Amino acid sequence: MTTATGNKSHAATTSDHADLAGKFNKDEPRVDWHDQTLWFIRKKRDKAAWQIPEWEELREAASQIKNNVLSNLRSYLLEFERNAQQNGITVHWAADAEEHNRIVYDILEKAGIDKVVKSKSMLTEECHLNEYLAAKGVEVIDTDLGERIVQLAGEPPSHIVLPCIHWKKEEIGQLFSEHLGTPEGNSDPQFLTAAARIHLRQHFMSSRLAITGVNFAVAETGEFVVCTNEGNADLGVQLADIHIACMGIEKIIPKRKHLGVFLRLLARSATGQPITTYSSHFRRPRKGQTMHIVLVDNGRSERLGSADFRNALKCIRCGACMNTCPVYRRSGGHSYHYAIAGPIGAILAPGLDMKKHADLPFASTLCGSCSHVCPVKIDIHDQLYRWRQVLTQNGHVGFLKTTSMKGMSAVLSSHNLYQFAGSAGRWLLKHLPFLINNRFNAWYKQREMPRSPGKSFGEWYRANRKHGDE
Amino acid sequence: MNSRESILERLARNSPPDSSLPVLPVTKTELPNAVEKFTAVLEGIGGSVVQVTNWNEINVYLNKYFATQGRWINRVPELTNMDESVEFGVDPHQYENVLVTILKGDFGVAENGAVWITDDKMGDRALPFICEHLVVIIHSKDIYPTLHEAYDHTDQSDYNFGTFIAGPSKTADIEQSLVLGAHGPKSMTLFLLKES
Repeated sequence: MTTATGNKSHAATTSDHADLAGKFNKDEPRVDWHDQTLWFIRKKRDKAAWQIPEWEELREAASQIKNNVLSNLRSYLLEFERNAQQNGITVHWAADAEEHNRIVYDILEKAGIDKVVKSKSMLTEECHLNEYLAAKGVEVIDTDLGERIVQLAGEPPSHIVLPCIHWKKEEIGQLFSEHLGTPEGNSDPQFLTAAARIHLRQHFMSSRLAITGVNFAVAETGEFVVCTNEGNADLGVQLADIHIACMGIEKIIPKRKHLGVFLRLLARSATGQPITTYSSHFRRPRKGQTMHIVLVDNGRSERLGSADFRNALKCIRCGACMNTCPVYRRSGGHSYHYAIAGPIGAILAPGLDMKKHADLPFASTLCGSCSHVCPVKIDIHDQLYRWRQVLTQNGHVGFLKTTSMKGMSAVLSSHNLYQFAGSAGRWLLKHLPFLINNRFNAWYKQREMPRSPGKSFGEWYRANRKHGDE
Repeated sequence: MNSRESILERLARNSPPDSSLPVLPVTKTELPNAVEKFTAVLEGIGGSVVQVTNWNEINVYLNKYFATQGRWINRVPELTNMDESVEFGVDPHQYENVLVTILKGDFGVAENGAVWITDDKMGDRALPFICEHLVVIIHSKDIYPTLHEAYDHTDQSDYNFGTFIAGPSKTADIEQSLVLGAHGPKSMTLFLLKES
């Protein structure tokens, strides 16, 4: 399956967000269903947030803690490393994705292990660890139910919290009948979950190594916290001889007491739950177990130097910005062709590869809803807007868009030209509409223009204003 | 320069000016209806809460509602006649067939229905996750309003592994339909003990 994932993400690089969204949009009832499902989760988030009178105070505190982390990241990482080592954990540093993957594989190879169970980790998605290990002959079993579903289907997750939110239960039933041998036609979620439980329990029982992500790592104590609802991270880790936890360096927080702020915000922002079922604090390995942490940079330390874009490093991966985004809800996670979809993905991805992800900051209406729900107050929509300018300055925006924007700029800065363009446009819409409304104009996809008015507002005002009005 | 040094060097070069830590939000440290709030939240996320006034009531309840022929592991010395002699710290895979795990929790959190359990009370770290049914006992006086008070309370405790557990293992990954018992326990029963 992992090679299929590789093929898919490779293929995706040749299509941009608009193309991929266009494909998703062909099935209109499905788009409506996707849209409404995510909006339902957004509403659950609101309900949970409104029950906390100090919610805004919490968001502000979380934002300030993260600002403090960004300004002291070096010393917090060193403090964390020291404490984790004292706790008996081996700490590794990886400059990039390739080094991260190599470190993980080295641990596996030394232990002679060729199968691992892995709980959800967006970092390992970012680094394409599954593909890397598959190429080395290692079987990776994703144990989060949603992730296992998309893994069996040979797809990457389409949402960081809800990996198979784009799948219908009938399709999952079909997938399970092919891969897990469930009876054809049975698509009951209770039944399918039970089948997955039996299937994955065998892998938990037979895997000597477990990989997890990290939600928060505490500098003060050298411990780290992993949150799941299913208990899959814990089942994997507590049964394995070796635990590898992979984290981006920005996941550090200064003190244990700060967990109170972040755990109050995380699940409420993500799904509207008061807390995830399990919030496990790993401080020392159990007797006989080996524990590793891989601290991964992969562009983060460079991003830190950019005043305009460093705030994206505050992200705690709750997915609230996706659930609320009118573009994400109607275009689906795969249209972003990056491990992290939605508004936050659209500001993170160009930082890694500007050319490859130049389309993503344009996949937004700039409505600001993402910034409004972000639990750590990242200025997401402002960054989307700034990325557009950076991308244009660096020549990563298509000729058509650049030229039309220059044309628009010329028209809007000249009074006469503006008046002429207005009347010419009205005349064309009225008499030769096919010159504008045709298949070469992307604005006409799923849209009709309003009827052309007889005159401009300026003309109407001059004709109707009463004497004495100014 | 190895990766560690090069990362640290870039961080030193690129870090923004210092930004101070905030004063954490203050909540009401007294919550008059903590038990009611805790119960409502935990039951809302799939847990069962049972109020009892002595240890024997717990014995009676467990024997009444759980199949006694399955394998039980009890880590609570106050409960009688249901222990098996287990040597802990050997191989966690041996707990795969455990039907009921009974543990003491440290405290509960009213705002989210979570219970804090540390590894010294687990016997084996796998036990709370691998069993079919999880039973946890806390004293009803040990409920904190929010996570802030919870972390204040545990600040000096030196656990090797600790976890907040809030209800049974669950998933809604298939079309947002909530299913209890994803990989871990299918039920969580929480006894609130109020000894007179």
